[in-house]
This record gives sequence, structure tokens and C-alpha cells, in this order.
Amino acid sequence: MSAATTGMTRSAPDSVANAIATPGKEQPYAALGLKSDEYAKIREILGRRPTSGELAMYSVMWSEHCSYKSSKNYLRQFGTKTTEKMRKNLMVGMGENAGVVDVGEGWAVTFKIESHNHPSYIEPFQGAATGVGGIVRDIISMGARPVAVMDALRFGHIDHPDTARVVHGVVSGISVYANCLGLPNIGGETYFDSVYQANPLVNALAVGVLRHEDLHLANARGVGNKVVLFGARTGGDGIGGASILASDSFSAGGPTKRPAVQVGDPFAEKVLIECCLELFAGRLVEGIQDLGAAGISCATSELASNGDGGMFIELDSVLLRDPSLTAEEVLMSESQERMMAVVTPEKLAGFLAVTAKWDVETSVIGEVTDTGRLIINWQGEEIVNVEPRTVAVDGPVYDRPVAYPSWIDALQADSAARLDRPSTPEALREQFLALLGSANLADKSWITNQYDRYVMGNTALSFPDDGGMVRIDEESGLGFAVATDANGRFCQLDPYRGAQLALAEAFRNVAVTGATPVAVSDCLNFGSPENPEVMWQFSRTVEALSDGCLKLEIPVTGGNVSFYNQTGDVPIHPTPVIAVLGIISDVGMRIPSGWQDEGNNIYLLGTTVLELDGSAWAGVVHDHLGGMPPAVDLAAEQTLAALIAAGGEQSLIASAHDLADGGLAQALAESVMRFGVGARVWLNEILERDSVDAATALFSESTGRVIVSVPREDDVKFQGLCEGRGYPVLRIGVTDNSGELEVQDLFTVKLDELRGVHRAALADRFGTVVVQ
Amino acid sequence: MRIGVVTFPGSLDDRDAQRAVRLAGADAVALWHGEHDLHGVDALILPGGFSYGDYLRCGAIASLSPIMAEIIAAANRGVPVLGICNGFQMLAEAHLLPGGLIRNNHGSFVCRDQKLRVENTSTAWTNGFAPAAEITIPLKNGEGGFIADADTIARLEGENLVAFRYLELNPNGSLNDIAGITNARGNVVGLMPHPEHAVEEGFGPDTAAAMRSGTDGLTFFTSAIAAFATSV
Repeated sequence: MSAATTGMTRSAPDSVANAIATPGKEQPYAALGLKSDEYAKIREILGRRPTSGELAMYSVMWSEHCSYKSSKNYLRQFGTKTTEKMRKNLMVGMGENAGVVDVGEGWAVTFKIESHNHPSYIEPFQGAATGVGGIVRDIISMGARPVAVMDALRFGHIDHPDTARVVHGVVSGISVYANCLGLPNIGGETYFDSVYQANPLVNALAVGVLRHEDLHLANARGVGNKVVLFGARTGGDGIGGASILASDSFSAGGPTKRPAVQVGDPFAEKVLIECCLELFAGRLVEGIQDLGAAGISCATSELASNGDGGMFIELDSVLLRDPSLTAEEVLMSESQERMMAVVTPEKLAGFLAVTAKWDVETSVIGEVTDTGRLIINWQGEEIVNVEPRTVAVDGPVYDRPVAYPSWIDALQADSAARLDRPSTPEALREQFLALLGSANLADKSWITNQYDRYVMGNTALSFPDDGGMVRIDEESGLGFAVATDANGRFCQLDPYRGAQLALAEAFRNVAVTGATPVAVSDCLNFGSPENPEVMWQFSRTVEALSDGCLKLEIPVTGGNVSFYNQTGDVPIHPTPVIAVLGIISDVGMRIPSGWQDEGNNIYLLGTTVLELDGSAWAGVVHDHLGGMPPAVDLAAEQTLAALIAAGGEQSLIASAHDLADGGLAQALAESVMRFGVGARVWLNEILERDSVDAATALFSESTGRVIVSVPREDDVKFQGLCEGRGYPVLRIGVTDNSGELEVQDLFTVKLDELRGVHRAALADRFGTVVVQ
Repeated sequence: MRIGVVTFPGSLDDRDAQRAVRLAGADAVALWHGEHDLHGVDALILPGGFSYGDYLRCGAIASLSPIMAEIIAAANRGVPVLGICNGFQMLAEAHLLPGGLIRNNHGSFVCRDQKLRVENTSTAWTNGFAPAAEITIPLKNGEGGFIADADTIARLEGENLVAFRYLELNPNGSLNDIAGITNARGNVVGLMPHPEHAVEEGFGPDTAAAMRSGTDGLTFFTSAIAAFATSV
């Protein structure tokens, strides 16, 4: 029941005048997550104590999540380590809701990956669902139509009793929300590891497309323009830390416990998408911002900071689900499916007509001013009067202590090279199948079959292909490809190399589709920044990624940092999820990941060395993690990508599949299972050329490797292509109609057995949805 | 020929259905649920999606949209109407087709390439198929389990009103493996799988010939065009 209906009188709001009159009033800054020096800084900025509303705004906007205060100093490298080529096609870089890349023909693509980790552990269904909702609104606010999503997921050990709860919740949350938005889910990745037991990772990626002229930015320009809030009503959900606020002096008589996890309504968001696109098409919007973390606090202060600098808000005009909300709660609420737009007075009627058509509730809550201040009134009193940049932009920045981890030398010294490697055909076969059926290499269709991959009718590739691909232009066939990757085990061994391995793999996964990689978005998941060893991992990671992107000459266009992924003193493995976006001029030329025809030659591109440290083999067979992860050669990756692109354009390549987790053995198995075309493969030339044993040839995770199948008539041309580019290549087999994978002289596995082993891991634990 | 595709709040596959109509050779006309005007179209498609978020019951709120009054009248005049997935649910809720659709028996949303047998090839939307044709088109739903009372099932089976039946695997627990049905006149057809997602090579289900090359769904739309051509 609201305060009004219970007959209680609401306490007067803490106005600016009141703050001046009561300078000594104690304020719950610590409970809101602010440090005492941060609170002192706020008092210094304002020249007085903040009002409770201002304190609420600063506390959320200066939080790690919103301000990037621990990571900002490092993230600058993504902007400084760039070349002219990297900047050329970048229409919008880091700092906006999402980066935008010019992809030619008047089209642009915007994409971003973002974490929703902590909510997804507390309430997996809503946490994951609203993770999708949030990233999709970032895409809309650039003026784009969202056209695809994918997710990078990390769960605890597959056999831990709590894992099923999180898996079912997260997968159905993503399924319900994204399916209901009508966005194809085109890929992603899922790993299980006990390091994520109480810290699952849900990183949601969305891609949008727009015509150049449709680009919108989050700024409030034009004095007298109206500030309009539209979408869902504002409720009491998602008020982080507000339970403390509510239990303090702010809201005697009001509800005291607010859920900190937001609740999503995908139908409201779907309608909001279509409504926004109609507003954009009608040129009815000057600036737009979605409401995500920190809600109205964030949207008003960011819009004002990026515009002419002044804004006046009448907070009573905000439409509420619950009339008993206090001003502070209205400012902090993270209710979903809301957008804020800046609209000229002349276009306001047109704007309101569109939102009325879509039954989207709308209220004009203020206007752009030239005061240079963000002023918010509530019940006739001024409760906020701040310079918006001090809230949104000029928050605290920390140079946190960094320490080289005490344990890492010992870990790196413990190489998997000392572990027993199988040599008999029986043992190799057994370990091959053990890997194939292990949680992280097993078929993930239990998850992906719960996602709509067809909606919109433009999906050219999706799971289980290496990257997802979507057509942008129906006439020309122009399209994009996207892939995400991260191997936390490698990053734990060496964060610098691990991060570049993730970058290299995502880059390669895009390249094998036939697309050319053009941009990067990253979601950096780490433990506590207050742990100097975690900060060291973080600093090495950002250095590695900025160095790597410079070398590959593809810019980082945006992303997100998620700290505090740890329980007690134990942080997760550093998990920088790297999303690479690629462009292909005609999706009709895309390259499948599996063998489609019998009688094609199978080639292995790249060389194999003994690199089993941190591998799936070491983990699954020996429960071992130690040593140094595989070496990365980004120049070789570029050559390989260009080679595959050329082979694709000349139609020489019938399929291409990246080698990564599980090595050659896993890639061969997946290539057979994709379309059920068998193969006979021989290893002897690999063993001879690369001086490795059979186990290394099968399970090593050396980088820069891809298997391709080539029709016989194109053999000469293909080999010429490889020679011309100086890339190592070996013919290692031929596809056939045997319905089995034969590794000559070692073992043979029939298709049914491959599929049975591959599919069992998830279905056995989480229940069968529908057999493929 | 002009085929209308109705967009409801929460419709998802409306633009896909429009594309399918165009690829089949007809003009696609976008219709808005809140209007009473069918713009003189010659046939109608109620597309897939989650109209009104599937709140209350799938298709229940949409079946009361203003335009549904016109659609019911048109259907009763013999205008071809195709309900796909959520559109099928609307046709059932509007009593243009018997039975109902309930949550999949395994409890989850499922997306898969689904094999079907075309059981009735004399409807406005299936006349281009060979008798008992076996086709593969995508299926994607959370509430696709077809149910009806025993008498209705007996009538559907006895009067050859089962238009499509699931083959090899029943993905949602539908009675008698029923994937779609028709009215007796053959102008109103509803089914859970999505023909509009199998109309263009490169973007449909996998086939033995090539990845994503399945276009079995196109015949739904060319059938309607053929039916229209013979009727005028």
C-alpha cells in the first residue's frame, strides 16, 4: 500500500535549501557505497552537503559499474593505440552507448557486449533476461535496428548441484526475452568451470544496423527542447543499495525492501523498439538515451553532459508504477524498458502520436536549458542542483595498487608437458571421446535449440558454426559476422597471452566464415580491483588487447568492465570475452564450418607444436592447469584470415573450421557432425613435418590453424594460394560417404557414436528438450 | 495478387512473411491490427510472434484486436487466411479453427528444422504440394502443443482437416502429431511451423544438397497465388 493510501504523511523532500540549512546532517554515504574521501569530494564540488537526491545520484554514477573508476586509466590505451586505418571507418567510438562502424554502401553496424553477471547469480532468469534487454536498448539508442544477439556464458562445475539452477534460469531468461524481441540468437559460447560456481558470467552481445543518416547520439542540445521519458513506468525494482536509503530517513512509511534485481518485460521492449524506429524514421528525435544502470540519474546527467550542459527536470512528471516511491528511489530505479529522448517543441505532437500508436506511455519531464546545471524539482522544491559533468563524467579515477601474483611463477613452471600422453590407438580413441563428451567441448544445442535463430530471415550462419552471420542488405547481400571468445584457463596462466589468444580466436572465427574482421568489443570480467593481483591481471589484459588490436589494425569500439566477480578471497579466472565483428560483401559467399560433400580434400593450415598447457586435454584427462598458454602470432593470423577470405571469394574453399579447444581432434569431429559427411584423415605428415607425437597432433591447441575442405578440381589453385602467401599447409585427409571419422592407423568412430557422446553431456544433466 | 500481413504489437515474423509473399510473386500489404481496413487484399496472413507478450493466453488478446472483426468476416467470405504460429493461436482463439495450443510438453521453447507431411493438398495454401508431400520448415515455439476434445479430433481426422502432421519427431506433444489444420472450406489454414522461414536459399533449413538451402515453405505462398489466379 502506498503512503498516500495508508494516510501517512510523507516527509518533506531534502531540498537544496534544506541541505544548506543543515550542513551537519549525517548522511548514509558509506551504506550507498561511497568512500569517505568520495563523499568529501562531493561536498567540495557542491560547496555544501549533497541533498539526499544528489547523494543518490552521485553514489550510483560514481559506482565502479557506472564510472569505470578503477579501469579508466587503463582503458585509455584503446583510444591511444590506434592508427589512421583503425579510425577511418569508426563513426562512433568508445564512450557512447555502443560503437558504430561504417560498413559501406551507406550502412553502419553498431555492436556491444555487456555483462549482467551478479544479477544472474541472484536471480538467473531475470538477471539474464534483463541483460539482453539492456544491451538491446544500447543498440536502439544509436538509432539502429537491433538484428542479432549472442551470449557468452560461464557456469560453475557442470555436476555441482547449484549449476542446474543457474543454467536453467539463465538459458530460459535469454530464451524468453530475446525470442520475444524477435532477435535471432546467432552464436556465443558456454563454459563450465568451478571457478564460476558462485560467480557465473552472463555477457550479452547485441548487433544493430542503421543507415548512416539514422545515427543518433545521447546528447541534450537546443535550449527549450523537451526531455521526454517513455516506455515502461518507473517502479521500485532494481534499486541497488536503496534498501539502505529506504530504511534511513528518506521514506518513513514507504516500502523498505526493494528488490535489487530488475524485472524484465520483453513485450514492452519489443514495442519500444518498433516505436523508437518509427520515431527515428520520422526524424522526431534530437538525442536519445536508454535507461539502464542508475536509471534517470544516469540518463539525465549523461544527456546534459553531452549537450549544452543544462537541464531542468520536474521529477513529479515521471509516471510511476508505485506512487509511494521517494524522489531518491525514482532517481535510482533501474526499471527496465525505458528510454529518454530530447525532442523539439515543434515535433512533440508528432512524437506523442507515435508513442500513442504503440501504446507506449510517455511524459514530458523537463527541458534543455542554458544554465549549465542539472536541476531537478520534486513536490515544488529543488532537490538537485549540480553541474552534470561532475556526476556523469568527472567521477573519481583510481590508480589501484598492482602486484605481480605471488603464485604465478610456480603455476607457469608446472607445464603439462610432463603429463603422460597416450600413444596407443585405444588410449588415443578413449581420450578423444572423453574430450568430445566433456562439458566444455560437448554439443551446446540443448541451449541453442531454445533460441530462435530464424526470425528476421537474414541469418546466414549461426550456432554451431564458428561465427554467426547476418545479411544487412537484401539487394547486395552485404552482411556481418560476429564471434565471441575467451579462455579463462589461458588467462589465468598468463593474462597477456590469454587475452591475445581470445582476440586471435575470435578474429579467426570470423575469418573462417569468409568475412573480414573490422572491429572489437570486449567484456572484461575480473575479480575485485581492490586485490592488487587482480589489478595486475587486468592491467596486463588491457595492455595485451590494445597491443593486439593495434597489430591487427581493428579498433575496440566499446565494451564493459565487470569487477568484483569473486566470492570471498577467490577471484574468477580473468575472463576477457572478446567479440570480433567482420564484414562480408555478399553473405552468399560465406563458408560453412563443416564438410558438405564427399571427395573433397582436407587441408590443415598452420603448424602444430607441443602446446598442451592450459588445454582442454590437460583439464579433462589430467585435471591439470599449469604452464604457459600457446604462443600467439597475430601477423600469422592476419595472413591466415586474408588467405581464407581470398579462398572464399574465389570459391576454392568448401568449408573452413577453426582449431581451438580440443585441437585438431575436436575440429575434425565437429566437421563430420555438422552435416554428417565422413572423412579419412592421416596424421603421419604432421608428425613428420612438425616433429610431434600423435597425441600432440590431435590435442595440442597451437594457434593460427584452420582445417579447410577443397573440391578436387580446385586443389592446384588452393595450394597455389597458400604458397603465394607463404602459409604452411598439409593435405591431411579426404571427405567420404562412410558416415564415420577415420584417423588412419589409429581409430575410427562412427557418426552415431560421435553424436551420441557429443550430445549427452548437457542433455543428461539438464534434461532433454527435444532430440535433434 | 495482394496479400495482407497483419502486424500486432509483439508480432515478430511479420516482415519475414512479407518477404515470403514478395518472393512468391505477390504484393505484400502491411496491415495494422488497430485498423478496420483490409485495404482490399486478396488473402491474409497472421504472422508469428508474441502478440501482447503472450500474456493471458497466446493469441487471446490479439484475437480481439479491431482488425480481427474484418478478418473473421473475410474468412467467412472465403478469403484465404494463413495463421502461422502465433497467427494459428489467434485463429484458434477467434474460433476460425477448432482446438487450442498449449505449452510444449517438455516445457521449453524449441527451435528446430521440422519435417512435416502435407496431409491435405486441396487448401488455398497447400494446393501446390504433391499429395502426402514431405517437407522441412523451421519450427520455433514455446506453446505449440495442439489439443482438442476427442470428438473434434475425430472430426478433423475423419473430414481430412488435418493439413500437416509432424514426422519423425513430435516436438511439442501435439495430439495425433497434428502440426496444422484447415477449415472445411480450405481457405483458413493454421500451423505452428514457419513456412516463411524456408523461402529463400541461403536462409532456410539445411538440406542434403546444401547448408540452409531449404525452400519448402515457398509453396504455401505460391499455392495462394495459384488459388487466386483460378478464382478470378
